[in-house]
Amino acid sequence: METSKTNREIIFNAIRASLPDMKVEHPGIPVFQRPAAHLQQLFEQHLNEAGGAAHDVASAAGVGTLVKALHPKAKVICSAVPEIAGTRHIGIVKDPHELADVDVGIVRARFGVAESGAVWLTQEDLVVDALGFLSQHLIVLLDPEHIVADMHEAYRRVRLNETAFGCFMMGPSATADVEATLVHGAQGARSLNVIFLPASER
Amino acid sequence: MATQTETTSRRDIPESMRVGLFIPCYIDMIYPEVGVATLQLLERFGLNVGYPLTQTCCGQPMSNSGDEHNAEAAEQLFVDNFKDFDCIVGPAGSCVKQVRCHFDRMEQTDEVKHVRRYTYELVEFLHDILKVDAFPWAEFQHAVAIHNSCSSVRGLGIAKPSEIVGVPFDKTASLLSKVKGLVLVPVDRPDDCCGFGGTFCVTDEAVSARMGLEKAHDQVRHGAEYVVSPDMSCLMHQQGVARRAGLDLKYVHVAQVLNGGPF
Amino acid sequence: MSIVKQVNPVAAAELFIIQDHVHEPMHDRFLWGTMQRRNQEAAAIPEWEELRDLASKIKEHTLTHLDLYLEEFERNATKRGAHIHWALDASEHNQIVYSILYDHGVKELIKSKSMLQEECQMTPFLEKRGIKVVESDLGERIQQLDGQPPSHIVFPAIHKTRQDVAKLFARTIGTDPNNDDPHFLTEVVRNNARPRFLAAGAGMTGGNFAIAETGTFMVCTNEGNADIGASVPPLHIASIGIEKMIPRVEDMGVFLRLLARSAEGAPLTQYSSHFSGPRKNGELHIVLVDNGRSRRLGMPDFWHSLKCIRCGACMNTCPVYRRSGGLSYGATYSGPIGVILDPTFDEFKYSELPFHSTLCGSCSEVCPVKIDISDQILKWRRVMAEKGYLPLVKKLSFGVAGHVFGHPEEYQTLQKAAGPAMDHAPHFLLYNNSLNPWTRDRELPRVAKQTFREWYLANRSEHGNVQN
Repeated sequence: METSKTNREIIFNAIRASLPDMKVEHPGIPVFQRPAAHLQQLFEQHLNEAGGAAHDVASAAGVGTLVKALHPKAKVICSAVPEIAGTRHIGIVKDPHELADVDVGIVRARFGVAESGAVWLTQEDLVVDALGFLSQHLIVLLDPEHIVADMHEAYRRVRLNETAFGCFMMGPSATADVEATLVHGAQGARSLNVIFLPASER
Repeated sequence: MATQTETTSRRDIPESMRVGLFIPCYIDMIYPEVGVATLQLLERFGLNVGYPLTQTCCGQPMSNSGDEHNAEAAEQLFVDNFKDFDCIVGPAGSCVKQVRCHFDRMEQTDEVKHVRRYTYELVEFLHDILKVDAFPWAEFQHAVAIHNSCSSVRGLGIAKPSEIVGVPFDKTASLLSKVKGLVLVPVDRPDDCCGFGGTFCVTDEAVSARMGLEKAHDQVRHGAEYVVSPDMSCLMHQQGVARRAGLDLKYVHVAQVLNGGPF
Repeated sequence: MSIVKQVNPVAAAELFIIQDHVHEPMHDRFLWGTMQRRNQEAAAIPEWEELRDLASKIKEHTLTHLDLYLEEFERNATKRGAHIHWALDASEHNQIVYSILYDHGVKELIKSKSMLQEECQMTPFLEKRGIKVVESDLGERIQQLDGQPPSHIVFPAIHKTRQDVAKLFARTIGTDPNNDDPHFLTEVVRNNARPRFLAAGAGMTGGNFAIAETGTFMVCTNEGNADIGASVPPLHIASIGIEKMIPRVEDMGVFLRLLARSAEGAPLTQYSSHFSGPRKNGELHIVLVDNGRSRRLGMPDFWHSLKCIRCGACMNTCPVYRRSGGLSYGATYSGPIGVILDPTFDEFKYSELPFHSTLCGSCSEVCPVKIDISDQILKWRRVMAEKGYLPLVKKLSFGVAGHVFGHPEEYQTLQKAAGPAMDHAPHFLLYNNSLNPWTRDRELPRVAKQTFREWYLANRSEHGNVQN
């Protein structure tokens, strides 16, 4: 767009003319000392505080049983993981609008963050991004060995250059907009359950 | 901005120091007993205290409203009055903050720099410079809520601000805890502004009154009989609000308690 | 052409306070509670103050090299499939957005929270041109239905009671006016917004941060509404202020650890999303907006306000804001950050705002990027005083006071007269509300019979050093 080009020049000229004389150096990010901690325990504690829940299962077979127990009335279960078949595999979904009727979405997160209880989900994990946000409920598989202590470590693990979408998802959707009262299930998932299961298990 | 840790922890105050007594205008006119208590207290420690008779005001009301032009004369007069003292002590946090932090618009001569650096609020002077550890002449058999003004807390470092993550400290509490019979009560909002703010309390009256009332209710809820502060200006506002609301609280300056009067 | 009127925050605040005994106390209580949660979360991080210092320095570094980072961001975002647009001001932003929507035949869009879009008054602009705009964020939707702007940048409807919301929904959506349960009200908007997400031709978001290193921008929400808007409609448009640049991915660790803790006392928002290109089979447009930011960069006293990450902590801690409600500031940005930003949009219109403060300094202590908010408020007062925007009463009385306080003899004469005058003035004069607002809610202090100076002369002048 012709006007845009001119705009760009004008803005850059204005910025260059306004830059403060005193330049500030980038401070560099230090490595913060951490006492040894039980990361899985911390992760679970913070996930609970954020309105989510974590579960242990003995094997992949246990996942299906747990999902049935958590969501007995679920009709449409859309899975993006090999461990669970669900009623619809994400691979057949061509358009995000097709996910509007999903009761339970099942995904695997690459890692979790202990200090917040958040999990990292990318476009590759979700296959169709909307699976993470249109599903009424979410089940997230997570290898308990893949939990980092804090956001500094988390950002050393994310590969933002390799994915068009990535989200730190901490518990279910929430809001406190009415009288500062916390409500879960505002727009996205009404519930988020993390199931500890290493990836190699089938 | 010159905070407590930058200026008062320096040990370069001479033994035979001459102390200039800074009595803010409203203490002079409305609460002279606070001035008397401050002077008597300093004299108890054997200090050589002088009181310039021609002092008027630190210029804060004008300066705080952005009117530097009209604050100039008062600020210059302050420097003229106090330049020959080794240090200057005043029983008012906001006025001392004005001198240390906001005398920055006038030419920074050696005199101005000296006055800015060595002007202390009373509590920080007793706590950091004289390091007083006992007030044997004082007794105060009452439940006391402390009010540290915003100027004292965030401007002069009299206590750790509640917003900051760090080791808690409160110099006012530290001194008052040495007074026989005095019981300190906690409050829910120790450094939430009381709403005085100088001219704010008349220009923004509704908000100011709500802020003051919050303070008073907080103190009453915790069983305070007295509210003690290093800043009489805040207390002037709080007292006005509390009386109007029919709340039974009494207000005195920290100098009066530490000196054992006059009340 | 209309004449710009000065915003009067004092009068607006008073209305907010006196409307009843419910709204203002509730507003104060909720935001104070949020501050307490913030304090708790901050205290759990031993390196909290160091993080604030790092965040401040990273932002200062970025802003003093802003052109370089904008170029890097543009390069990397374009490489990854985003379309970058540049808008000089609010009007151009709206025009660009409209053009993109028009080119794609979009008739309805759904948006998540963006203070920038609010600043540009984008919604009325688009609606006038026949495009339906739906707010998806609960607080923003409440305000949109009520025809009001947001009153807080994180909690847009925090000034409303649940009864207010229930009645509003009954009026505009047709729900039960007596059901004021927040769970029910939230469910109402969930069910109302969901079909709109599915029908919308475009989803719009703002951007909390833009990472130059990878051409990524971030959107942080609790509801996940931004993510639905970005992942469902085929077109995603993001409006981002040029000051939102962050140099590197690893810098985000610092900012994310500070943001939600400062804003609401939680370790993160529920969703912290990173967009580096369009979704599969979708299209992404990013509009980078100046609208006065480059000019602000050139103001030595005020450019630090550009570090703001829009957490709202300054509003939560400010006792004046808590008692006034955000709508009293008459601007997109309210509270302490609003006080220092708004005069850059219109100095005369917002000339009263810097005085709507006690300069308590709490905002500066709570700001995660260490903006010297309180000092800037005082500096704005100086600007207003120099421009002659001080209220007339102050101008006159400070002129007199300035003279008297500079001349000791005159001061002492005035002192002698003040006491008797106050003692003998008729009660109605002293307590008349308009002449002496002090007395509306306070008892008056009394001038002492003997000033300190008089006491000193009577009791001490034979000892010590008396200077004349």
